[in-house]
Amino acid sequence: MPADVPVLAPAGRAGSAERTRRGALALDNRFLPPILITCILLTAHLSFGILESYQRTALAIGTAILAELVMGRLTYGTWPHLASAYITGISVGILVRSPFFWPYALCSLISIASKYVLRFNGRHLWNPSNFGLSAVLFLAPETVSHLSVQWGNVVAPMVIIWLLGFAITWRVGRLHISLTYIASFLLLSLVRSEITGTPWPATVAPITGPMYQLFVFFMTTDPRTTVSNARWQCVVVVLVAVVEMILRLNEVIYAPFYALFLVGPTALLIDTWRRSQSTPNV
Amino acid sequence: MTRRRIAWVLWAAVLTSSLAAVKSLNDSAAAATRHDAAAAMRFGFALRESARARGVEFVHQAPTFDAQLAHIMPQVASMGASVAVADFDRDGRDDFYVTNSGEDSLNCLYRNKGDGTFEDVAQAMGVAALNRVDDSHGDAARTFMVRGSGVSMGAVWGDYDNDGYDDLFVYKYGQPELFHNEHGQSFTRVTERAGLPRWSNANSATWFDYDRDGFLDLFLAGYWPDDVDLWHLMTTRIMPESFEYANNGGRKYLLHNRGDGTFEDKTEALGITSHRWTLAVIAADFFGSGYPDLFLANDYGVPELYANRRGTRFEEVGRTVGISMSPKSGMNAAVGDVFNDGRLAIYKTNISEPGVLVQGNDLWVPKRDAGERAMEYENLASSLGVDLGGWSWGAQFGDFNNDGTQDLYLVNGYVSAGERSSYWYDFAEIAVGHSTIIGDAKNWPAMRGRSLSGFQRKRVWVNDGAGRFTEVAQVVGTRDTFDGRAVALADLDNRGALDAIVANQKGPLLIYTNTVTPGGHWIQFLLEGSGKRGGSNRGAIGARVEVQWQGRRQVQQVTAASGFSAQNQRRLHYGLGAADRVDRVVIRWPSGRTQTINDPSADTLHRIQEPDAR
Repeated sequence: MPADVPVLAPAGRAGSAERTRRGALALDNRFLPPILITCILLTAHLSFGILESYQRTALAIGTAILAELVMGRLTYGTWPHLASAYITGISVGILVRSPFFWPYALCSLISIASKYVLRFNGRHLWNPSNFGLSAVLFLAPETVSHLSVQWGNVVAPMVIIWLLGFAITWRVGRLHISLTYIASFLLLSLVRSEITGTPWPATVAPITGPMYQLFVFFMTTDPRTTVSNARWQCVVVVLVAVVEMILRLNEVIYAPFYALFLVGPTALLIDTWRRSQSTPNV
Repeated sequence: MTRRRIAWVLWAAVLTSSLAAVKSLNDSAAAATRHDAAAAMRFGFALRESARARGVEFVHQAPTFDAQLAHIMPQVASMGASVAVADFDRDGRDDFYVTNSGEDSLNCLYRNKGDGTFEDVAQAMGVAALNRVDDSHGDAARTFMVRGSGVSMGAVWGDYDNDGYDDLFVYKYGQPELFHNEHGQSFTRVTERAGLPRWSNANSATWFDYDRDGFLDLFLAGYWPDDVDLWHLMTTRIMPESFEYANNGGRKYLLHNRGDGTFEDKTEALGITSHRWTLAVIAADFFGSGYPDLFLANDYGVPELYANRRGTRFEEVGRTVGISMSPKSGMNAAVGDVFNDGRLAIYKTNISEPGVLVQGNDLWVPKRDAGERAMEYENLASSLGVDLGGWSWGAQFGDFNNDGTQDLYLVNGYVSAGERSSYWYDFAEIAVGHSTIIGDAKNWPAMRGRSLSGFQRKRVWVNDGAGRFTEVAQVVGTRDTFDGRAVALADLDNRGALDAIVANQKGPLLIYTNTVTPGGHWIQFLLEGSGKRGGSNRGAIGARVEVQWQGRRQVQQVTAASGFSAQNQRRLHYGLGAADRVDRVVIRWPSGRTQTINDPSADTLHRIQEPDAR
């Protein structure tokens, strides 16, 4: 879902010297999430055939990469790193469900465009694929839905994906966000169960699905669209879970996407404004 | 800075345009499923609901299972309304059999009186009282099994002994039943003698002669596992283990007809091992081998296509030919030559609920120029505009306006209960759960009188012959919103027009009488096989008939089951448009013999007998 890549110190311009020292074979952290999501995709599709079709996924990835190349080059005059666009495209290819082709292309295009348009103080506000997916789900209910099923019924692949996800988010310094969200969801699913009378296994069921794996590991942890302080990152993701619960109590099917859509940019705006106030003018 | 500002404006325009395009494309796709009043004027037919006027006042009743399922009863007891057409008394007029599913409810056999009305003769014929759940038929060997014989889910006609009269097979959540047709005067129950399974929770079955020995074999497809007693549950862990990858459904039976009135189970020996949740099956020669293959539309998973290897084994090739890549909720299997080029397309219905789940129905069309061993299908449902049909159930191809192209009739709707309350949120929440959650009925949220894709508009798509279907249901007269399950097509009054019989779950049986605008010609064929070893079965099930006229051609195959829990009339109906003559008809009989008929007259039902072998 996510379209931005968790980045630690070694990545980006600041880490270029260190990368040089490590040599050409050193693994850039920016490649970890793409590698993970590609592994998830290939494993799931070869095992269970989870994709609507190769063509649709290729269309989503191709559109995202092409849009990133064009927009990045024309905006900044340099060729952009494509890891983010790749994740956006592959996320769209996995998460969008539609018998049509156009939602895959337009969702990717909207996602990438949002990065270049919806900005504040030099940062884009929405996780790109969260924005794109929320937009098409909201605007095209007759023709688009989201991934809403299990990938097979075997526990082992699910456990492996969770463990890999935890390992990679730990490596990129985002594990606390994922764990906080999961804990919040589990706790609040109990609250929802109490309120609605629905069996707890039913209210907790969504997080056992692959859609949430992508949501937890890629969307909520996007470094470009999360606040800067680790403690506040946890607070924000708890708020995401709370808003999601409120939406779910109102039977909103796409609650997690809409919750992140609402809470993420709001928190980022406040964080950016707060930091600008505390930074002395030079 | 200026460069970035210009770029920002440009990308803002791209973003805005893209958002507008999404909305516009969505609206136009949805509009394609709504009626087109202007277009309907030129389609040349009208449907009028006439069941009561024809003397048919059947209302389907649903079963009531174990109390442990009470909270989700409307969805687990959501099938059983079916219709199967046959001329059981060979009087030249099509009759039909409908199943009921309430405990102690009665099935009905409507005999066509020839004056446009029908009479129920099921009780007199001995095929009415098949829905029993009581103590009278306890089975010591299966003491866990429900007492009684269960309730009906559907029926399919087939002349298994080649005596010229269609016999009746009824599949159930319970003991399947076979009735021998005594020359149209009565039916004799031959279930035990035939050697049928003692119990099967099935929603589909069909007759076909897989080994071309001249006798119809029987394929029975389980939905729930055989060891589940829905009235006396030993456990609540009976639900599908996944919404789209379930393999814990009922077993299948391929029962070979020995030719002496008995059947033998050849399922595993022939390579059919599926335990998917099958809801519909159709047998047709998809690969041009001359042997009938099997297509299975499976709920909670991918469909399966079993290629018949010359009657000696079946090979599942769904993934190879490209139809088993995307798991959905398959509920229908019908075939039609939608492009009039001899390619048989497969129509499989699924679920589409705006804002929640958009699986889209599938129209699998063989790619042009594909050889027998290189057959590959592509899904053209979206391209042709027949993908969005709500929670779709039964569908049938047929030429309603006699213009020479095959149209499509679809019924839909799952559970119509509270008009302003929906179960969809809860359904979507549990559906994504892991097997340990979704597989246990006690974890499923209570429905509490809420609807689940209820009160849906039906679809009647008219084929323009140029690659596009237009939805005209509301305009031509199909306006009911019952929970449709089965639809069967038949020329009930021998007028050269296809009428539609619709079986609704917990609703009335409907008969839509078709009035075709004068000017459209037609031709029909009723085939009769020799019924001898080495020849074709008497019902000619499996025959392929190609009609050629004015440079056009259309292929149809004689099938038993088609759609969901349905069977169309045995005769094949072709619209001819303005053409009043046919150039040639090429029949490939199930035995493999080929027969050519030149210049048959139009606007006529032709009764063709299989020629002797030469």
